[in-house]
Amino acid sequence: MSVKIDTRKVGDVTVVDVSGRITLGEGSSAMRDTLRELTAQGNKKILLNLSEVSYIDSSGIGELVSGFTSVANAGGTLKLLGLTKRVKDLLQITKLYTVFDVHEEEAHAIRSFA
Amino acid sequence: MYLIQLTAKPDIVDTGAKELLDHKYPSTLDSVDLAEAEILKAAGDAGFDEDEQHRIGMAVRECMVNAVVHGNRYNRNKQVHVSVATGEGRFTIRIVDEGEGFEDNEVPDPLHENNLLRHSGRGLFLMRAFMDEVSVRKLSPSGTEVVLVKNVARSE
Repeated sequence: MSVKIDTRKVGDVTVVDVSGRITLGEGSSAMRDTLRELTAQGNKKILLNLSEVSYIDSSGIGELVSGFTSVANAGGTLKLLGLTKRVKDLLQITKLYTVFDVHEEEAHAIRSFA
Repeated sequence: MYLIQLTAKPDIVDTGAKELLDHKYPSTLDSVDLAEAEILKAAGDAGFDEDEQHRIGMAVRECMVNAVVHGNRYNRNKQVHVSVATGEGRFTIRIVDEGEGFEDNEVPDPLHENNLLRHSGRGLFLMRAFMDEVSVRKLSPSGTEVVLVKNVARSE
């Protein structure tokens, strides 16, 4: 499998640990399905941990954006944690880095949802 | 006693025109991975460093996805023709699909505030961000040709 996704709870924040490649196909579909399910279950505070994501293409970026919008439309907040340099560069190039609330340290990210 | 000679990786050298790859791929997502891998190898052999290889790989991936998904629409009767060549100081990748074709100016600007949160539409922009030159040509009677160029250093 190109991507592995696990979820865990830290207080009332759902942390989604993603590892691998988020590219068109299996990776982007898994991301989309996970975020849809979490939103449908009523999770309002979602932290996407991308520290183990080695590669993301424009389809993967699209799923991050769609997830961000869907969670917001459901009255929740989606934030990002642990971007690698390449993912960060990609978000900066596409002017999305300032759209997302990006954190480097998990505890700080969790506290920011308060 | 063993003598180990360490040599620095040579700078990228343009030694003349050379075709590195010429292949037709089926219109599947597997082809995207295959083309990316083959072109990454060619880029490595041409002397590009890891960061440049990554940029080339990303541009190729975006272009192949466009060709397979938007151009050929996964049609098993249509192929994506990929060729790679070096020459005249350029690493040139040509990707041609058999779709209906599109005009460059039809693609909305993904950086426009109205488009920033769109789900898709960033592929062509990323190709331009990662390569030195990108040209798009609608072919007659059908198809689209995209040419991606990365400049190589000239030998002294």
